[in-house]
Amino acid sequence: MNKLKRLLKFVNPYRKEAIWALLLLIAVIAVDLSLPRLIQRLIDKGVTASNMHVILTTSLLMIGLATLSALMMIGNTLLAARVSQNFAADLRSALFQQVQTFSFGNLDQLRTGKLMVRLTSDVNTIQMMILLALRIMTRAPLLMLGSSVLLVVTSPRLALIVAIFLPIISVFLYFFIRRAQPLFLRVQSKLDKLNQVLLENLAGARVVKAFVRTPHENARFAVANEELTAENVKVRRLMAVLPPTMFLILNVRTVAVLWFGGQQAIMGDLTVGQIMAFTNYLMMTMFPLLLLGMLAARLPQANASAQRIIEVLDSTPEVQERSTARVLQATGRVAFEQVSFRYNLSGEEQVLTDINLVAEPGETVAILGATGSGKSTLINLIPRFYEVEAGRVTLDGVDIRELTLASLRGQIGVALQETILFSTTIRENIRYGRPQASEAEVVAAAQAAQADAFIQALPEGYDTQLEQRGTNLSGGQKQRIAIARALLIQPPVLILDDSTSAVDVETEAQIQAALTALRQDKTAFIIAQRISTVLTADKIVVLENGKIAAEGTHAELLQSSPIYQEIYNSQLGEGPGSGLAA
Amino acid sequence: MTKQTERRSSMGGGHGPGRGGHRIEKAKDVRGTLRRLIMYLRPFTGTLLLVFVLVVIGTLLVILVPYLLGVAIDDYIANRDLPGLLRITLFMLGAYLGQWFIQTAQNYLMAAVSQRALRDLRRDLFEHLQTLSLSFFDQHPHGELLSRLTNDVDAVNLAVSENLTQMLSSLFTLGGIVVMMFAVNSWLALGTLTILPMMVGLVGIIGKRTRSGYRKLQQEMGRLNGIMEETFGGERVVLAYGQQQAALDKFTASNTAVRDYGIKAQVYPLLIGPLMGIMSNANIAVVAGLGGWLALQGLASVGNIATFISYSRKFAGPLRQLGNLYNQIQAALAGAERVFEIIDREPKLNDLPHAIPLADIEGAVRFEQVNFSYAPGNPVIQEMSLSAAPGQTIALVGPTGAGKTTIINLLTRFYDIESGAITIDGVDIRQVQKASLRGQLGIVLQDTFLFSTSVMENIRYGRLDATDEEVIAAARLANADHFIRHLPQGYETELSERGSNFSLGQRQLLSIARAVLADPRILILDEATSSVDTRTEAHIQEALLKLMAGRTSFVIAHRLSTIREADKVLVIDKGRIIERGTHAELLAQRGFYYNLYVSQFKGLGEKEVETVDSRQ
Repeated sequence: MNKLKRLLKFVNPYRKEAIWALLLLIAVIAVDLSLPRLIQRLIDKGVTASNMHVILTTSLLMIGLATLSALMMIGNTLLAARVSQNFAADLRSALFQQVQTFSFGNLDQLRTGKLMVRLTSDVNTIQMMILLALRIMTRAPLLMLGSSVLLVVTSPRLALIVAIFLPIISVFLYFFIRRAQPLFLRVQSKLDKLNQVLLENLAGARVVKAFVRTPHENARFAVANEELTAENVKVRRLMAVLPPTMFLILNVRTVAVLWFGGQQAIMGDLTVGQIMAFTNYLMMTMFPLLLLGMLAARLPQANASAQRIIEVLDSTPEVQERSTARVLQATGRVAFEQVSFRYNLSGEEQVLTDINLVAEPGETVAILGATGSGKSTLINLIPRFYEVEAGRVTLDGVDIRELTLASLRGQIGVALQETILFSTTIRENIRYGRPQASEAEVVAAAQAAQADAFIQALPEGYDTQLEQRGTNLSGGQKQRIAIARALLIQPPVLILDDSTSAVDVETEAQIQAALTALRQDKTAFIIAQRISTVLTADKIVVLENGKIAAEGTHAELLQSSPIYQEIYNSQLGEGPGSGLAA
Repeated sequence: MTKQTERRSSMGGGHGPGRGGHRIEKAKDVRGTLRRLIMYLRPFTGTLLLVFVLVVIGTLLVILVPYLLGVAIDDYIANRDLPGLLRITLFMLGAYLGQWFIQTAQNYLMAAVSQRALRDLRRDLFEHLQTLSLSFFDQHPHGELLSRLTNDVDAVNLAVSENLTQMLSSLFTLGGIVVMMFAVNSWLALGTLTILPMMVGLVGIIGKRTRSGYRKLQQEMGRLNGIMEETFGGERVVLAYGQQQAALDKFTASNTAVRDYGIKAQVYPLLIGPLMGIMSNANIAVVAGLGGWLALQGLASVGNIATFISYSRKFAGPLRQLGNLYNQIQAALAGAERVFEIIDREPKLNDLPHAIPLADIEGAVRFEQVNFSYAPGNPVIQEMSLSAAPGQTIALVGPTGAGKTTIINLLTRFYDIESGAITIDGVDIRQVQKASLRGQLGIVLQDTFLFSTSVMENIRYGRLDATDEEVIAAARLANADHFIRHLPQGYETELSERGSNFSLGQRQLLSIARAVLADPRILILDEATSSVDTRTEAHIQEALLKLMAGRTSFVIAHRLSTIREADKVLVIDKGRIIERGTHAELLAQRGFYYNLYVSQFKGLGEKEVETVDSRQ
């Protein structure tokens, strides 16, 4: 319940509408309560007294009031829908914004499928709950209160009998909610799983098809689907008991009234009209109680969803901006000072150990090393995608943790190892980091990345729409667009993480030349596998098991570093097993 | 049938974001959709029949009780008959207990029926998705597709699960009450029923709006899902470029639209309650007025009026419920339409009806004057002919975008060629079942894709029945064993989404191991080692050489060190083969390939290139 209460603050901006909705409800109830009175009058004073005038006026009055009540109810519905939908939109937005504050570490853990279920299914559940609450919240208790007063007025002794049933219902609902909530949590987590299987199959369709694993995937989906169904059946079977039991309790109440009321009528303590009015009021209390039952039925589900939403809202971004963070216009001196890092502080091996490295403004630092030696990790620390474990990374001598994230990242152009493009036009993709860039700037960046020629050759040029994750481009083309995107923001610091691996050698050489021209005033970090890519670097760093094994220029390392020599030779064809060896 | 084809074309084709989802679609074949939904209930006919019987009995009980109430007041209380009153109250109590039992049983049975029907719907949707071509997945936002399987199925869920029995029981209750009303007093009954046609008309009008409202809502919801999936999936880039605000703006536009459509869609069905409220209250007034008048005329008793007021209330309940149900079904139909839209899409690359399984192959591959384009008018492969003898290694070389990966996509039949033929051992690959073709190909793709399960399971994906030892042997061959053993949980280490907790090079090693395990006749390596460092690659190379021995292999690589070993090098440019021969032959030609080769070592200085060259 507390979980749900926390989310209710999202209703606050729409307090006015919510209150109006509830006020209208009260008015509706007032009118509704007067109806049985009128019926009683109709029977006792009209029918029994054979007074046609009373019959007519009372009937008309009833129709008039009924219309009024309905109009107010419609007003309430409109307001309730608005409040609840606005609530849902704001909650989705809050979740979305929370994800935007995440660091890479958070993203490694929260899967897209899970996040999406929270933003859709879980938010919807709570939205429905609020809608329902606004439409019956005051109605139920007030209608209850009102009819209870009338019950007491009509017959205090019968009212006492009716009152006994209230605690019975409360206890029943309480136990019911307690049992249902964990079941709903399980349903939602199974839904997460199902979504994940589906998303993987959408994103990995090529692999599934290449390995002819459709039956396997169908089976995997069937398992997730079956598990979800089983949990759903379980919770719905529990829910199956709720409405009939509510009905039963309420019906037994009516029978009790009939029995005791009938006895009194037989003894002459009550009139027939009074019993009828009483049973009518009883019917009216039945309705709000059933509504309460409905609300109760949704409560555990909404609470389970609230818990899942709060989990996301409460997850702390691993990388946080300090309150004292400032803006810096950097020249581009990057330094690692005794930096150590591990991904998971608990237990996992250190990925980087005691790294000391300086890149002066305008210098190009190339990083080489075996797969998994920590190259990407190293450069991911510069834009503070992850937080160092020990030591510090500085930009122009300032610890990057002293800077605002926007200021830091705004000065670093990154082409990540894994090319991620968005399904919009090529132009928009290149302009991503600086949406206000001019057409000429976009083209210039594309030219430098050697992408302009192939883009121009496309039928729609820069307006070409990319498919999901850019699948309508080749790997090398995607990488070049990513490089253009990084160049466009004209950053003092440029990071290219193996971003030409799928580009052919000749094109790469051209990119190199263009970059060399551009790099004059930029500090650049380049991760590469090919020696040819790193030849012209001012400094080549060889990483080995998270430590710097060698550092120097090509010529120096060729002399001094056995690892470097080995890498060099492996590319010149003196690798093992190559009799042909060029 | 024609209708379905149109529907298909309105959904598919074309490029661009969300092209599939948010086109405003005109009213569909409502009855057809409904019929197909009902088909999903077919397997549960037995249970449904039982539920049907329960509903009939339950409804009779529901109708009986108000009648008893009237009897109790008129016959026993009015006549001061206490034992009679006791009898009838006990009888009522029994009836209520019966009602409880029957309703609980109904709900219990239906819970399973509805959830299983939905499970089947989801299964059909998923299994159909599996048959669709890659271009479908490329062109449709994944989040949008996801939304169909979750949000749209959910919309169906609401209508089916909670309301099927209610609908039945409401209908019976209505029918029963009408009968009883006529039995008690036909004048009053007629008066009560005048309200009915008005109610039906009203529900119909609102229902139409509900459906179109929900259709728009579900479409926008799909779009929102598409945006979310792409943003979350590309969150690293969003963060790197500080574009959180732009991402938020894009999200907000769709989020706001969902809110607005949501308000509209939800208000209509909710109006039914109050509107029915007016009518039923007016109805009570009519009954009372008419009843009073009839009582004065001696045509009705006071007990009659009490019974009728009770009936009027009982009458309003199921009517309101039917109205709500009708509207929920409209919402469900909006969801179901979107689900069926996918299920109705013909797979583009269907096996031919008489397709045969491809027998165990030797591995002779031929392309004969193959033409292909992804989009009409933009040819990617032109008049391409090539052949590979069993056991040969063919290297495909050329600038990015030359069409190398496309050749692979055609050989694996991810796409169908436009003209010409591709044969394996002389058999046209269009004549065989896709599964039997791909089953004999081992592919390491440019984009490594790994699943979020353990390392062990990811490698095993290549051959599901492989033992742990075989998996480890394959990893060893791919030079992946070493790094895997250094992981905290070794082979049991879980990969995070898309394997983002591994370096790209490591992921490539895993996907090579996966292909190694598959032990295919034809091996295809598309930039398989581009992100692996060259020393490691040299080791893998060794392993791959062993692996490629005796198998036909196609290798795409930019590193010439990878290519030198090939039996045949094909240089591709702009969709054509412009040079072919061995590495040595091509170097001697001093053409395109020579230039490509030299450029790799350009920076090394002329002398070094000379040495390289002179080693021929």
